[in-house]
Amino acid sequence: MSDQQHSGPSGARTEADAGTGTASGTGDRIQAEGVTGSGDVQASGTSHDALVGDEGSGAPGAGAEGGRLVERAGHDGELTRTWNNPGLPSHVYRRSDVDQKAAQRREREVATFFGVSTLGTLLFIVAYFAIRPGGEDILEEVSLSTKLLGLGLGLALFCIGAGAIHWAKTLMPDDEIVQDRKPMRSSEEDRAAAVEAMKEGAAGAGLGRRKLIRNSLLGAMAPLGLLAIIPLRDLGPLPAASLTGTWWKAGRRVVTDPTGRPIKAAEIPIGTVIHVQPEGVENASHPINERAKSATLVIRLEPDEIQVQKQLDWSVDGIVAYSKICTHVGCPVGLYEQQTHHLLCPCHQSTYDVTRDCAVIFGPAARPLPQLPLDVDEEGYLVAREDFQEPVGPSYWERG
Amino acid sequence: MTRPRPGGPAVLLGALSRRRRHRLAPTLLLLLALAAMGGAYTAFAPTPQAEASNGLPSGSVDAGRELFLKNCSSCHGLNAEGGSDGPSLVGVGAASVDFQVSTGRMPAAQLGAQVEEKRSQFTAQQIADLAAYVASLGPGPAIPDESELDLSDADPARGGEIYRTNCSMCHNYAGSGGALTEGKYAPSLRGVNPRHIYEAMLTGPQSMPVFGDHTMTPEDKRDIIAFLKTTEDEPSPGGATLGKLGPVTEGGVGWLVGIGGLIGCAVWLGAKAR
Repeated sequence: MSDQQHSGPSGARTEADAGTGTASGTGDRIQAEGVTGSGDVQASGTSHDALVGDEGSGAPGAGAEGGRLVERAGHDGELTRTWNNPGLPSHVYRRSDVDQKAAQRREREVATFFGVSTLGTLLFIVAYFAIRPGGEDILEEVSLSTKLLGLGLGLALFCIGAGAIHWAKTLMPDDEIVQDRKPMRSSEEDRAAAVEAMKEGAAGAGLGRRKLIRNSLLGAMAPLGLLAIIPLRDLGPLPAASLTGTWWKAGRRVVTDPTGRPIKAAEIPIGTVIHVQPEGVENASHPINERAKSATLVIRLEPDEIQVQKQLDWSVDGIVAYSKICTHVGCPVGLYEQQTHHLLCPCHQSTYDVTRDCAVIFGPAARPLPQLPLDVDEEGYLVAREDFQEPVGPSYWERG
Repeated sequence: MTRPRPGGPAVLLGALSRRRRHRLAPTLLLLLALAAMGGAYTAFAPTPQAEASNGLPSGSVDAGRELFLKNCSSCHGLNAEGGSDGPSLVGVGAASVDFQVSTGRMPAAQLGAQVEEKRSQFTAQQIADLAAYVASLGPGPAIPDESELDLSDADPARGGEIYRTNCSMCHNYAGSGGALTEGKYAPSLRGVNPRHIYEAMLTGPQSMPVFGDHTMTPEDKRDIIAFLKTTEDEPSPGGATLGKLGPVTEGGVGWLVGIGGLIGCAVWLGAKAR
């Protein structure tokens, strides 16, 4: 941090041809400054107390050679830890500093960067006027135009920056320069003046004497917080039943999504999966919300593959229906493997076993997918027996 | 007297040899090697057979039975009743046989996580014979005829809607395919014969569920195929498609090429000039 201060004469530029001389004498300077200098590296160590032989003796510790840690007790008995500053490494000359030809080569390289930038600008302008999308193959023309414009703009901007950096790194002066950090602390006069001003202000306001003003001010400020809380009332109605119920209800037909056809139970082959919605969901007051909640997957299994009695009770001839919304964070669970009967969520690989009431067998989901109880109406079409018996989708605070 | 100049190749080789210790040489060599590997892979990788037209020959049950006994019965049983290595084929229908055999999935080379597409071993006539034999074992979905695959009236936009609800979760929004569990995967749908897409929906091969004609009508299926064929040769106005695989490849390129390039620039900025 502040050990920069010791490297060389304060505020002076290190001469390029005297790069090795800067470290000389800095070790002495540290010792001379002792612990009073604000810029010194010091630490009032506690763990190092034991290392100091005679605390408070005021004897300076042994001076160390370059870069070595020095421990000693200062004149006020405080332990001081100091690094002997090794100084800056010697200056390394670049090829362009010592070889005129190399410098000329660098100059040409920088000019090449700037030249390529000009070409990029030209490419942009030419591409802009040469390709005016709007013909029969508009998409292909847009594609070509986008690529050429991007290439031109990219070259134009990048090469200016690259050329400037190459220029700065290889040709501009690269002397090491040391600048002292200014002390953070204000002068004693300024500090005293500030304290004086504060005291004067407090005395002038007379808060200590005028109790009525002080108390009424506190009384005015304390209820200000209410102004931030009261408008929260307008954040909208509580979700109420909208989290627990969906558009499914008893007798509502199961229709294909998005084609909206009712489904005859007898017409579903084994191994089928159908993405469905409740009939008439498009007439709901918030059709998009209702569709999002009611998305359901109908799957036909062999009835004897179903291993859970409740699942069997809620099925029709091996046709089961489960919410399509993952109980983890609500992605659509759509990847059904017909042979393993695994239902996979594409977002985080939660895997449900359809033959075991959609129990979670892998992944981050915490509970099974809710099952929709199915029935058939007198015409043989699949209908819901009732709504989902538990909230669909991810768990939430009040769900319990 | 001037020295005779060496010939062209010698000059080139000499130049190459002089620059072999150049600091960019390893990078260049690596790029060349990568390009050569990629090229060789493309040249030698097995490519699926060119697809046959829809006009299929009619099959003979007897010839099909002969072929079945020679090629399929070791797994599926002498009467296609199934066994430990293969399911029963009674009632799978001609569509299933046509799909499995003409895409080369059957006969399977080995039993792995998934039987993969490869060059078909049979002629169109032999496939038709096999299909006729299996269809004679029990009723099942038939091979779609040309009128069912006529895409002239199909509506790709509607097909896209159906595709996104019913298919895209496995086969990707652009038909690029995607991974399932334990090494299984949904294959890419690009460049697949429309008849095979139709048959796959009808029969539900391997992990794929069945999309029967009552819940997904022939019209729906045609619309889906039209959507896939439309998007297949759609140009990409935004630039490189990166395989249309979605956010993973795009993010990968962003991280590796984009951020990698930025890190390269930062290293260059910080490096000491020589």
